[in-house]
Amino acid sequence: MPAINVNPTRQELTRLKTRLRTSIRGHKLLKDKRDELMKQFMDVVRENRALRQKVEEALMRAHGSFTVASAVMSSEMLEQSLLYPKQSVELDMTFQNIMSVNVPIYHFKTKSEETGEIYPYGFATTSGELDDAVDALSGVFQDMLRLAEIEKTSQLLAEEIEKTRRRVNALEYVKIPQMEEAIKYISMKLDENERSSTIRLMKVKDMLLKEAIEEKREADARAVEAFGGHLDPDAI
Amino acid sequence: MSSYKIAVLGDKDSVLGFKALGLDVFPAETVDEAKRVLHELAKENYAVIYLTEQYAANMQAEVDRYKDELTPAIILIPGKDGSLGIGMANVKSAVERAVGADIL
Repeated sequence: MPAINVNPTRQELTRLKTRLRTSIRGHKLLKDKRDELMKQFMDVVRENRALRQKVEEALMRAHGSFTVASAVMSSEMLEQSLLYPKQSVELDMTFQNIMSVNVPIYHFKTKSEETGEIYPYGFATTSGELDDAVDALSGVFQDMLRLAEIEKTSQLLAEEIEKTRRRVNALEYVKIPQMEEAIKYISMKLDENERSSTIRLMKVKDMLLKEAIEEKREADARAVEAFGGHLDPDAI
Repeated sequence: MSSYKIAVLGDKDSVLGFKALGLDVFPAETVDEAKRVLHELAKENYAVIYLTEQYAANMQAEVDRYKDELTPAIILIPGKDGSLGIGMANVKSAVERAVGADIL
């Protein structure tokens, strides 16, 4: 018996064969999709690792400068200087389609283009260390945005790959073998039925023949007796 | 094309500097506060949320929740006390999830 319950009929067999064809085709397509996704993913992940390392290092440097700045200045002063930013950032998000996975692409717009505009305070009352810190941060910001883009991409791709891999495996190791088994079961059953009906026909034919021979024999015996002779039954 | 915002969430000393860049800064004192703010930000149109690793370490479930969503992208950054390596570990776990093994 196959793992799935099927009726051993010709109709079912045709239906299963069509399904098997579709499944094999789907399996091949999904496998291609998985391979291509994997290729894209590896590129993304490599860049992600490198970029993250870079960003983390740069941020640590910026934090270092900030610590120095907060040591030189009072925390109230520091907070006050940064309270009202001159700069503001807006983010536009568009989508790119990688193998039917939508991944974000960020474009950011700053309100003012001049790089000198990032310092939201006067230089008279603040320390130079703060300038360094803000400078370092603005330097790393571009990379941080790229990191956000690429890290999200890698997460989304990873999810899609996981899903696709499961589907490929389910088709390859469960669905397709199951269908093949069912098809084999049905065709065996049908062949068996065919053979049994052939045998039945042969049997019936034998019985009919035997009857006919018997009748013929009796008729012959009667004819011989009518002529007064004697018939040896083994002589015919 | 629509316009989104960028948020930075973390302890006050770590995130203060980002204010100068014009990002929206949300200082949080405790992990619980950070969790609450994170959910609020996710509901608004923030496309990117930078979160310090020091907080992310204690709110893994909240961060994972938004992993498969298109927005927001929650990106871990080291706080002022240094990197805990969670950001890198996440990259690694993405590879493991996709490939089934860490191949890098």
